[in-house]
Amino acid sequence: MKLFFNFGQYFILIKRTFSKPEKRSIYVNRIFEEITILGIGSLGIVAIISVFIGAVITIQTAFNLQNPLVPLYGVGVAVRDSMILEFSPAIISLILAGKIGSSIASEIGTMRVTEQIDALEIMGINSAGYLISPKIIATVLFSPVLVTFSMFLGILGGYVFGLLTGVVTNYEFIYGITYQFIPYNVMYALIKAAFFAFIFASVPAYHGYYTKGGALEVGRSSTKGVVYSSVLILAFDFILTQLLLT
Amino acid sequence: MIQINNISKSFSGRSIVNNISFTFASGKVNMIIGESGSGKTTLLRCMVGLNEIDNGSVLFNQRDFFKLDLKGKKQIRKDIGMLFQGGALFDSKTVEENVMFPISMFTDLSESEKRDRANFCLQRVNLVNANKLYPSEISGGMKKRVAIARAIAVQPKYLFCDEPNSGLDPKTSIVIDNLIKEITEEYNITTIVITHDMNSVIEIGDQIMFIHNGANWWQGTKEEILVTDNKEVNDFVYATKFMKDLKSKF
Repeated sequence: MKLFFNFGQYFILIKRTFSKPEKRSIYVNRIFEEITILGIGSLGIVAIISVFIGAVITIQTAFNLQNPLVPLYGVGVAVRDSMILEFSPAIISLILAGKIGSSIASEIGTMRVTEQIDALEIMGINSAGYLISPKIIATVLFSPVLVTFSMFLGILGGYVFGLLTGVVTNYEFIYGITYQFIPYNVMYALIKAAFFAFIFASVPAYHGYYTKGGALEVGRSSTKGVVYSSVLILAFDFILTQLLLT
Repeated sequence: MIQINNISKSFSGRSIVNNISFTFASGKVNMIIGESGSGKTTLLRCMVGLNEIDNGSVLFNQRDFFKLDLKGKKQIRKDIGMLFQGGALFDSKTVEENVMFPISMFTDLSESEKRDRANFCLQRVNLVNANKLYPSEISGGMKKRVAIARAIAVQPKYLFCDEPNSGLDPKTSIVIDNLIKEITEEYNITTIVITHDMNSVIEIGDQIMFIHNGANWWQGTKEEILVTDNKEVNDFVYATKFMKDLKSKF
């Protein structure tokens, strides 16, 4: 019963979030602010994780391709496909759900318990629209950029560490990443990234917005927001893969 | 003028506000007093629409708030200024940005005009040289003054204050009280103050409503509250030794 209540309340909040803004110019400025805070602020962690994951995939794949019948350019193929199809869109989204999701839930939750949201409502401002819509729009717009960045750095990391460790040659790796490349896979990854961004921005925002109590409940909302959005990302990863790749 | 008629509100079957009616006059400081947990804040939240009411009506200059559509409600809310117990200032904005915020949202003034208006409001609450500070960098009394400046920034017709003196020292409390009184008279605002501070009641109260167990138990002026024979009111007013001693002298 509570599940249905939460679903209903979530969709009502989303409807309120995207109702007509009081002043468009202020909302546009807020979107750029959120892109800076949530998007550009995540470049560092995305870069570090992507480079090292690319490197690890390269070494692990090379280690498993000991059979002389299997060509070594398979390392490049594996790094490319792992990064584009799954790691960059899904795993990076899970990481962002932790970083951005907890930030959104705790920010909005704190505003709720300190009556800042009530203050917005009293002023006649749609608090859901003012606080949540710029965050969702910013993450949906910027997440594909982060994912593209992650794909590039992951493959670059694999290439650099592959050469440094000597597990693959320059020619084999370059040949591998271009071998039977399907451009649609990048589109598939970007669609997933935008969809997951909507989840990891809106679900924690929902939990933050309906926080009741004090500091302890803000922490709980933040945890709930991250856990539920992570589970939803995994579920929709399966659904979207089924829909877009078969 | 704000008129409330037979307002009732309950949570999970527990009645918090019970059939309260009252008329809050404009240009006067209307005080709602009562013990902690008596239903004061719930009544205030019902009046401004932060809580839905079970029964009754809230009339802002004869317009029934709960019968208006969203646009009508927003219109009334633009005329409302509210001073929250904790100030409810936006943490991520400076003092000046906090005061400028409602001006930016609801007017088409230029940046310099908005800044001028914000500075005027800050000067009006005797707050200077704090424009660039963040709420976390100022004292409780300063936060209340910024909140008042923000509340009056768009010239409200109605001002709601939820325990404006809570957490303040007696001297700062008097400053805040006097500020509320001055602003009310200067702009002819309908001001409603929730408090359990009898000093504030004696200092600035024009009309007083005493709430007990969620009901309008007693109403009158600050002169009348000191001499009423209502037991619950007397227990509240003369709860402190100082007030008891004062009463025994007269």
